[in-house]
This record gives sequence, C-alpha cells and structure tokens, in this order.
Amino acid sequence: MTGTTRTIKVDTLARVEGEGSLYIKLVGERVTDVKLKIFEPPRMFEAFLRDRHFSEASDITARICGICPIAYQMSAVHAIERALGLRIDPAVRLLRRLFYCGEWIESHTLHVYMLHAPDFLGYADVIEMARDHREVVEKALRLKKIGNRIVQLLGGREIHPISAAVGGFHRVPTKQQVRELVPDLEWALAASCEAVQWTSSLEFPIFEQDYEFVALRHLDEYPFNEGRLVSNRGLNIDAAEYEDHFQELHVKHSNALHSVMRGRGSYLVGPLARFNLNYDKLPAAAQEAAAKVGLQPPVKNPFRSIIVRAVELVFACAEALRVMREYEPPAAPRVEAPNRPGSGQAITEAPRGILYHRYALDENGLILSAKIIPPTSQNQRRIEDDLREYASHLVAWPLDEATWKCEQAIRNYDPCISCATHFLKLRIDRDA
Amino acid sequence: MSSEKKKGRPKIAVFKFASCDGCQLSLLDAEDELLAVVGAVEIAYFPEATRTMLKGPYDIGLVEGSVITHGDAERIQLVRRQCKTLVTIGACATAGGIQALRNWKDVDDFIRVVYASPQYISTLKLSTPIGEHVPVDFELRGCPINKLQLVELISATLAGRKPNIPTYSVCIECKRKANVCIAVARGIACLGPVTQAGCGALCPSYDRGCYGCYGPMETPNTASLTEQFRILGQSNNQIQRAFRGFNAWAWQFREASEECQRK
Repeated sequence: MTGTTRTIKVDTLARVEGEGSLYIKLVGERVTDVKLKIFEPPRMFEAFLRDRHFSEASDITARICGICPIAYQMSAVHAIERALGLRIDPAVRLLRRLFYCGEWIESHTLHVYMLHAPDFLGYADVIEMARDHREVVEKALRLKKIGNRIVQLLGGREIHPISAAVGGFHRVPTKQQVRELVPDLEWALAASCEAVQWTSSLEFPIFEQDYEFVALRHLDEYPFNEGRLVSNRGLNIDAAEYEDHFQELHVKHSNALHSVMRGRGSYLVGPLARFNLNYDKLPAAAQEAAAKVGLQPPVKNPFRSIIVRAVELVFACAEALRVMREYEPPAAPRVEAPNRPGSGQAITEAPRGILYHRYALDENGLILSAKIIPPTSQNQRRIEDDLREYASHLVAWPLDEATWKCEQAIRNYDPCISCATHFLKLRIDRDA
Repeated sequence: MSSEKKKGRPKIAVFKFASCDGCQLSLLDAEDELLAVVGAVEIAYFPEATRTMLKGPYDIGLVEGSVITHGDAERIQLVRRQCKTLVTIGACATAGGIQALRNWKDVDDFIRVVYASPQYISTLKLSTPIGEHVPVDFELRGCPINKLQLVELISATLAGRKPNIPTYSVCIECKRKANVCIAVARGIACLGPVTQAGCGALCPSYDRGCYGCYGPMETPNTASLTEQFRILGQSNNQIQRAFRGFNAWAWQFREASEECQRK
C-alpha cells in the first residue's frame, strides 16, 4: 500500500435528471475504483413495447424521458417509417427539424443555466444564482420558454407532446401560426449569442482527453434526424449497422447498460462530438459566435461543453428561423402507414447525443421486438473514464470541494438517468 | 434552495420514484411563475434542481413516480413520516404509470428481455401507486401533470383551501373549445368520455382520439364506451390496449381492460 486510501462519495447526485450515485476510491494519488451507480429503478420499456401497435411507440417511448420526449418520438417514428418503407413529405421533414429545434432550445437552456452554470459560479442552484444574476436568469427563463413555445405549437404541450405520428404529424400548424413565432426567435437568436459570450467568461479547469467523438453527419445540414454515424477515428456507418459496431454491457453496479464500441471501448456522444465533427455545417451565425470567443474544433475539454451547448443554441435558433420563413404547410399532415411486416433502425441527435431505436413489426403492425439505446448509457463508460483521470488531479483538495468538482465533471455530460435505465449518487472514498 | 434561514416560509420537498422526471420538470417549466413560487416557499429538497438537501420535516412533499423496488417501498414510508401534506404528482405516482404494464406479465421474463445478467436486477413484481403504500393528501393526475394545476395546488395548500381541480371528463373541455366531436363525426376511438379533464382536450383538438393521460374521471362508464368502440369496429385487443396506457392500473381502467381480455 502506498499512501492513504480515500474515498469520494455522493449518495444522491443533484442537478441531473434521474437517480444515481458516485463512488471513487483513491490510494495515494492513484484512482483505484470509479463507479457511477445508477439505481434509477428499471422500467423495462423494451419488454412492454412488445405486442403494442407501431402507432403507439412514439407516445410510449416519449415517457422514457420527460426532458427529451421529442428525441424518443423522432427516433421511434423514423425507425418505424424505415421498417414500413414510407417516404415523408419534405414539408413534414422541415417541421420535424423545427420540432427538434424547440427541444434543443428548451433542454440546452435548462442545462446551461439551471443545472451546469451554478457549478462554475459556486451556487447550489439557479435560485441562489438568481439573487446575484437576476437578469441572466430571467433571460434564460424567457429563452427556455421560447423553445417550449415551438414544442407547444407543433406538439400541443411541452412534456410528452401528442402530435408526432408515423408518417408525419396528427395536425400541422398554419403558415400564420408559424410566422407569429418569428419575432420571439429573433430575440432568442440574439440571447443565444449572448449566452456564448457569457459561458465563455466562466473559469474552466485545465483538463483535456483524447476522445473518440461519435455523431451523425449529414451532407448539407447540422444533424438532427438523418445522416451517417461517423467518428474522428474513421467510423462511417448507416444506422442499420449500429449493432455490429457497438455493444451493450451489463455491469453489476448499474441498472443502466454500458454501451461500448466493439474492440475500442468508451466513446463520447453529444454537443462536443457534434460540434467537432460538424463544425463546417453550422450556420454562419453559430460559427461567428464560436469564433468570437475563440472556440474552434477540436474541443477536448469536457467542461467547455457548456460553451458548445450555447453555440448549439445559436444554431437551433437560426435553424428555427430558417424553417419558419420557408414553411409552407404539407398537402396532408401525414402519409398513410399501412400494417406491414418489416424491421427498421434509426438514430437521431437528442440534446445529449445519439439515440438509437430498432423495431421489428409483424403483418398486423404489432411490435415483435424493440431495442432502445439512449445517449446516457453511451456516455456512461466515458464519464467513468473522465472521473478516473480527473479525480487523480484532486488528491490535494478538501473532500467537499473535490466532491463538488466531480459532480461538475459528471454534469458536463448533461446525464439523463431516467433515460439510461431505461439517477446518480456520488461517493468519494478517502479513508485514512 | 439555500442554507440560510428563511423563517416562516413553508418547506417544500420533491421526491422521485420510478418515473420519467417530466412531472417535476413541470415546476421548472413554469417559467412565468417559477421565481414567484420559489420566493413564497423554501425549496428544501429537490435534487433535480439543487445540491442543497435540507432535512425534514417538510410542509409539502411532492412525490413523483411509482413503487417498483423493495428499497422504494421502504423509502416511501420515511417520506410520508417527514411530510405534513403529501401530494402525488402524475400518472406514475397516482396509478402506477406505463411501467404497470408489467403487472399483467411475468416480471422475470421482462428482465430477461432487457438485461443480459438478470441476477443483477432487483425489482418488485408490480408497479404500484403511492396511495397503495401510504395515505396521500391529494393526487394530481396527468401524464404529464398540468403545470398550472400544480401551481394552483401549491397555492391552495399554502392558503389552506381546497384546490380548484375539476374531476369531470375531457368531453367537457372539448365542448368548451367548441370542438366537433371526433368520435361522433369521424368515428375515431376516443377515451375522452371516461378520462378526467386537465389537458385542455389536447388530442381531439389535434385530430386524434384521447389516450387517457389524466386517468379515469369521477364516474366513468367504461362498459358503455367499450360497446361504442366495438360499434366503431375496434377489436377486443385494440380496446384492451386503449385502456392499458399510462393509467392502466387505475382500477376503473384495469377492470375495463380485463373485461376485454376475458372476451
């Protein structure tokens, strides 16, 4: 035994979505054990999707996560449309991009200002932060509300919207309804550019890792619903090949499965991966906002993900404006989706990273099997790898500060634990 | 959400069981009311929003989620003892949630479908609402809950009055919006007549049938609606699935779906 043994522990990790804990064991300066324990109770969606009709999948899977229900609805409908061989009206495709813009704006604003920023400034939460930064918080609430307004318009309500359907939407908005949101989005675009400035003024730990970044890549667009799955180390596959390249491992300390790349180990999904792999596809407004604060790919410091999220806010607002100005309602809200046997896969970009769905259907349209791999189970192993490295830098720190820093490192990933089990408690062990 | 003393402000705690987090997120989604609400109360325990975790007792406990693990069955007893008023929020906490679909299946088969090493997973056979474990002072329905109803509930509880939350059906909301009845005019199967209001008749307003997010209304005639669904050409299996949604374990919907299963 060399040096003292210490443990860092957090029993209930805060400001993350869902229930989990963290345990880190340090012997001297060496980290000997890191466990991100997810004890969010298992709800087992993939099992009860069996024998349900494909038209129910988007409503059911939305309930996996109250923060990113649209991601679930989008992966579900795209996978099922592929199984049925459906072609979608280009106007519907545009509306789906707008729908996703709404979720990114709402979810990223929540994470940047309410869940992550308090760590950088030393506040327990956004309410405490609001006492000293009232104007910042009020603007953030307005920005979040604008994201939610888009979701409301297209989906009826912010959480578990009801309008997404296989083949399109149950109802689409009028041109007038969409145009009415333009002034709000113009304000939101300016507010997002300020968010990039504001987040870049925070203090960042010096910490870089050599990540394999994985994200969708599309020929002409910053990705939401379509594209090939690529990485900075040569991965370039179609969604249908996903399970050949990735593997889910069941570890004892977690109710969430760990996803690894076969033969390569952990990888990173989410804003850093998207930004680093798709910088060239960002609209000019987002590239300029990033350039102004000196943010260029590759960004390898996970703490800087907060700035990247703000850049993606600029993107989502600019993209929403583009769609709103181009929008002409489709001839029909959706194309008919007849019962037909088949199987299909889809990957879409949830705010936290790629979300994979696969369905097999029978001749009556009933689901024979379903597979769902959420972003947080893909990042889980990577979070543990980050902590293993990062905790070794914190040996000299007082326990409560080291613990807070580790929590912040977890929140870099905006983990969504309800998703991954289909939460978090932090323990840092440091016994003398 | 701060450790400093705020005398006289009622302490609110938010607890999560098996759920999607959407109902507690409704509080953060109340962008216009959030700063006013947190000015009126002390957020003593709300892990999704704050690192500060103050010990009980609490004046109001909001409970989201259903009970599906042994640990949670014990934890809810502790939570009840710490809360003067205990309110359940959402379909998981009030009816067992979508995860109650396991209640008609062998849970071990379910685990084998999802997990490679079933021996690592510990879960109960049934997903049950909070009210089956401890006395509950008010149940706020919905999947998700309506954030304005949540703000009304908190205000009413603080004022010591009964919350103004209707228990009539979605049909009443449809009539108020002057919607043409999609069931009568277009033959679309709609759970509106047996489902409690609260969403603002959202689905019928978006050209689809209600799928029951707010659970059974006060006196639902499920037998009559089942008959109506049959007239519209729905199979037993389809009707059963309609009742087995996000409030499947609410007894009125449970009985209606089991009636279809027997036929």
